[in-house]
Amino acid sequence: MIHFLLNNQRQSISTIDPNTTVLNYLRNVQRRMGTKEGCASGDCGACTVVLAEVENGQLAYRSINSCLTLLPALNGKQLLTVEDLKEADQLHAVQQAMVDHHGSQCGFCTPGIIMSLFAYQKNASQKKSIQNNPCVEFNKAEALAALAGNLCRCTGYQPIMNAAKEIGNHHQSDKFDQQKQRTIDILNSIQPVQCHAISNAQHSTTHALKTAFSPTTLQELDELLQQHPAAQLLAGGTDLVLDITQKHQSFNTLIYLGEILVLKQINLTATHIEIGAAVPLSQCHSVIAEEYPDFGHLLERFASLQIRNQGTLGGNIANASPIGDAPPALIAAGAILQLRIAGVRRFLPIDEFFVDYRKTQLAQGEYIEKIILPRKPQDSIYRVYKISKRLDDDISAVCAAIHIKINHGQVSSAIIAFGGMAAIPKRASHCEQALLNQVWAETTIHQAMDALQHDFAPLSDFRASADYRMRAAQNILLKCWIESQSALKPNANANHKPTQTLPHIPTRVTDYV
Amino acid sequence: MSKQASPTPVKSRAELEQQLTQDLKNGVGKKIPHESAARHVSGEALYVDDRLEYPNLLHLYARLSEQAHATIVKIDTSPCDEIPGVVCVITAKDVPGKLDIGAVFAGDPLLADGVVEYLGQPILAVAANSLDIARQAANAAIIEYAPLPAVLDVKQALDNKQFVQESHQHKRGDARKALQNAKHRLQGELHVGGQEHFYLETQVSSVMPTEDGGMLVYCSTQHPSEIQKLVASVLDLPMSKVVVDMRRMGGGFGGKETQAAGPACMAAVVANITGQPVKMRLPRIDDMMITGKRHPFYIEYDVGFDDTGRLQGINMQLAGNCGYSADLSGSIVDRAMFHSDNAYYLSDALITGHRCKTNLASNTAFRGFGGPQGMLAIENVMDHIARHLGKDPLEIRKRNFYGKTERNITHYQQTVEENLLDEIISDLEQSSCYAERRTAIKQFNQSSYILKKGIALTPVKFGISFTATFLNQAGALIHIYTDGSIHLNHGGTEMGQGLNTKVAQIVAEEFQVDLERIQITATNTGKVPNTSPTAASSGADLNGKAAQAAARILKQRLSDFAAAHFGVDITEIRFNNNLIQAGEQLISFDDLVQLAYFAQVSLSSSGFYKTPKIFYDRDKASGHPFYYFAYGAACSEVVIDTLTGEYKVLRADILHDVGASLNPAIDIGQVEGGFIQGMGWLTTEELVWNEQGKLMTNSPASYKIPAVADTPLDFRVKLIENRKNPEDTVFHSKAVGEPPLMLSISVWSAIKDAVSSLSGYRIHPLIDAPATPEKVLMGVTALRQQLAAEQES
Repeated sequence: MIHFLLNNQRQSISTIDPNTTVLNYLRNVQRRMGTKEGCASGDCGACTVVLAEVENGQLAYRSINSCLTLLPALNGKQLLTVEDLKEADQLHAVQQAMVDHHGSQCGFCTPGIIMSLFAYQKNASQKKSIQNNPCVEFNKAEALAALAGNLCRCTGYQPIMNAAKEIGNHHQSDKFDQQKQRTIDILNSIQPVQCHAISNAQHSTTHALKTAFSPTTLQELDELLQQHPAAQLLAGGTDLVLDITQKHQSFNTLIYLGEILVLKQINLTATHIEIGAAVPLSQCHSVIAEEYPDFGHLLERFASLQIRNQGTLGGNIANASPIGDAPPALIAAGAILQLRIAGVRRFLPIDEFFVDYRKTQLAQGEYIEKIILPRKPQDSIYRVYKISKRLDDDISAVCAAIHIKINHGQVSSAIIAFGGMAAIPKRASHCEQALLNQVWAETTIHQAMDALQHDFAPLSDFRASADYRMRAAQNILLKCWIESQSALKPNANANHKPTQTLPHIPTRVTDYV
Repeated sequence: MSKQASPTPVKSRAELEQQLTQDLKNGVGKKIPHESAARHVSGEALYVDDRLEYPNLLHLYARLSEQAHATIVKIDTSPCDEIPGVVCVITAKDVPGKLDIGAVFAGDPLLADGVVEYLGQPILAVAANSLDIARQAANAAIIEYAPLPAVLDVKQALDNKQFVQESHQHKRGDARKALQNAKHRLQGELHVGGQEHFYLETQVSSVMPTEDGGMLVYCSTQHPSEIQKLVASVLDLPMSKVVVDMRRMGGGFGGKETQAAGPACMAAVVANITGQPVKMRLPRIDDMMITGKRHPFYIEYDVGFDDTGRLQGINMQLAGNCGYSADLSGSIVDRAMFHSDNAYYLSDALITGHRCKTNLASNTAFRGFGGPQGMLAIENVMDHIARHLGKDPLEIRKRNFYGKTERNITHYQQTVEENLLDEIISDLEQSSCYAERRTAIKQFNQSSYILKKGIALTPVKFGISFTATFLNQAGALIHIYTDGSIHLNHGGTEMGQGLNTKVAQIVAEEFQVDLERIQITATNTGKVPNTSPTAASSGADLNGKAAQAAARILKQRLSDFAAAHFGVDITEIRFNNNLIQAGEQLISFDDLVQLAYFAQVSLSSSGFYKTPKIFYDRDKASGHPFYYFAYGAACSEVVIDTLTGEYKVLRADILHDVGASLNPAIDIGQVEGGFIQGMGWLTTEELVWNEQGKLMTNSPASYKIPAVADTPLDFRVKLIENRKNPEDTVFHSKAVGEPPLMLSISVWSAIKDAVSSLSGYRIHPLIDAPATPEKVLMGVTALRQQLAAEQES
């Protein structure tokens, strides 16, 4: 049985098909028609709702795509939809700002936009209260990030950004703030202590029994996997649920990982960052960005905030998509996976994890427990490039991560990994060889660019042609070298100080913000 | 009467006189929020799929063709019937009336009849107790095909002369001779991509059988009267038995003009067979596979010009990829031809429009209706001439603008009156600091190795009116109730563009009453009949005028009554800010209405409008097809990455002409939204079909419309102020739905400008639309190869 708050109402669900999405639950069971289906694939944001959960004694508000979320993810949380914001006849400040700035035209995307803005407002106001400064300026980048997963076909977004600006600049306390303690108390009272489940029937009937288990410890998870070797693991579900909504499959046994605390923890040691496999992407952003700024920027363009709030780093790896964005960045960083089966652990460098198209080294019943990254690389170039048709919320045509160490002007180590160029995220070994022990110079780069043709024979598809993928991948190497010229100069020789500061010349269109 | 339930406090004479001195607070010209804004943001606005469902509602799902062109050898639906919950399966033979639902021309069977003509064409539909069961059952049917040759490429169709309609020409002077005599001559070709509408609400209809054998249809459509006609036609019913109700659409953009009919008619056929209510809502992928899009075009041009870049003659071929049937393609290719001049005097011109038949979904109306493709073609020519002569493209554009007293006749013989091009361009050139930025960009490009910037300032001149002249008509219906509240209905449909708000403002202005008094109601074929589609930017022009006509009839009756009642001359009756002045007497609108009721005055009226002045002789390709033109201009600056082809719009300045704005907030929303939508068409929105004719970009995962971060970093949008439409349009406003879309051509030109900078602005880069990062990089590569070849030789 799962327990959650639907706004202020406590809900308990034990009997329901666990393949039901939150969107369908809202529209078909609760008859809440404010939340819309625009695509049922997490790409348009019309179905955005907000989950509030207790973190460090506070409520953390996160926008999610209700079409990609299954009910087990609601347990112990508060689910807020567009209907919950208005109080009697009074619109919520977020709603009023959208009216005042003419932020809706056809109105169909609007409920989702309202919920994204609501979460944005809650997070912005929390930042203000933490910084104890009510005058913290509107942060455009945060507003853009909050809205990147909400498509609007009518307005051109300008009035919505204007509404966001007003929301970001003026925050008044609302009913959710006033009810905060009560909400926290209720949510705390419904935290699970042991494995629980929902299924489509109380007892086995003529229908196939469909169950979703929510273990709370790794031991419970191990046991469940032994009892149900064919069970499907469910982390964020942002890819898996597409099998339900787009391929119309139905899973008989799901095991939800989001209640296992140890899988949701991040540990920072002197030498490593250890990220639990079920940490949502949005929550590992800051620690990664601190050590690997370019990886951080990649995460900012990784799907949408709604997806990053649900989707996990472990899921992005286990999913083993050739176009997943995290693997190339992790390969270049030298990440190691901690895998577990029946309580037994093993460690595997991530570049050995991917075997073939959507095939990994995971044995049946084995799962990723942690992702371990070395801490900030000293004196090395670590860069990530994502190329897609649209800058935000798009899948890469090519994703490249380059990690180079230079010693006395020569390349002493090179890890170069690509997504979108082969059936798996893969290192460019010929390219690496062409660089290794060579002078870090343009001629070397051109050799590495040529060598790339021996590493990959990319596909042509609707995202990009093979020719473009190869050409862009080669050019990325050149770009990395050019970028390194200005970056390396001040540090190349500790004794040499540049006589004048060179003006920064942007090298990426994303430098313009 | 509610009047008695809540008596209005009696105002003193002084208070009334004070009220009289104030303006109406939310009439015409005011920035009123969209009538549904408060309901949009609270989730209370209901769309068709949100309506309360009856317990016996059936859900309908269509099985789509897996082949682009084939004979259907066998359809076996027995596996569908074995699935519990399935109620009804229909194929072409189950349609009791006419199978063809072609809007103007035949060729669109509701369900494929013996042959499929595109991959995605509905073949059968299954009704069941749930959508899941209906889908499962539809996919269980066994369909066997015998493949036929499929044509997917527009050039191939053109070579084969496979057309859905015959080609048409606009001709002035002797283009061939002018080309021969011209000092300079250039030829080129251009592929222009199509565009998926991507309305956020997919196609949906919900149909209820009525007791008299008719149907009540809730349908998300821009054309309720056509849905009424087609539902009646497939059921073999008189139109009088079918009522279509349309409160609001979750976006339309032309995609719900003809293409809403399929789901409505399929649902009606099943409702007719079963006697149960039936709903059909297309899942996103199905919507994208089944319905037509903006027409892709293939364009060839041959152009002659003098040393200053002024056109001497042009020969242009515009080949629209219409898909498998005519749909509205005739008028769409016509509009492309009408707009192949955009803002320029073409001199001796031969413009040929082809309507190519391919085995794709039938392409259809989309904001601009062929105009954008024609305008893109001529703007490309302007850029090409500029590079050839080594001049700034803006100089070439200005050199070719229509004149005010000469060189002011289009290639279809309409005189361009009230030409605002020079003023708008000159204003925008200054306010956007075009010249200074052009210089700054050149400097930047010299110092930046990877990134290059580009800028372009492009004009828009867009003809307003349906080119099918008879469509330029509209009706409205107004009831005034005894408490003074007003029920407003008109033939237009609300798809987000704010039409209902504008029409209500017009009625409020006419009666001089507050907007809150006016109840906006769903478009309903039972109230206003025989309506035209809400399309061609005409919604407010036509329906606003019709509602104004109805309001004026009622106002006249109330005035006549007031004059008689108060014993004053009719000329002494004035309506002002919720009051009526009758000589020295002052009376509230409510009180006058009540008095009029007791005096047995009719308080209900319809209104009608037809656009004057327009005519067109298609055989002679000559006439006055447009009531007037709407103008605008945009200046866009972009930065491109010459190593990856990525780009970003840094700044866009827009100046747009809406005449005297009915509602500046709504008009600005149309301008901004149209610009961004057009930018999507020309940049990231790429439709890709595979070799089998399957649309591969069939969901938002693969088809990328602009997201918030794609908008210009600096976006400055202005309406031209103090400029009334000289024509007698409603409050001298101008249509605004479509014209701003073409402002986005500036982005495409700016991208090409940035690429051209690599050649010192000497070479015109070949970059088709949409200019995806891939096309930009390929354009860069081709240009660099050309430069290298020049160096060698």
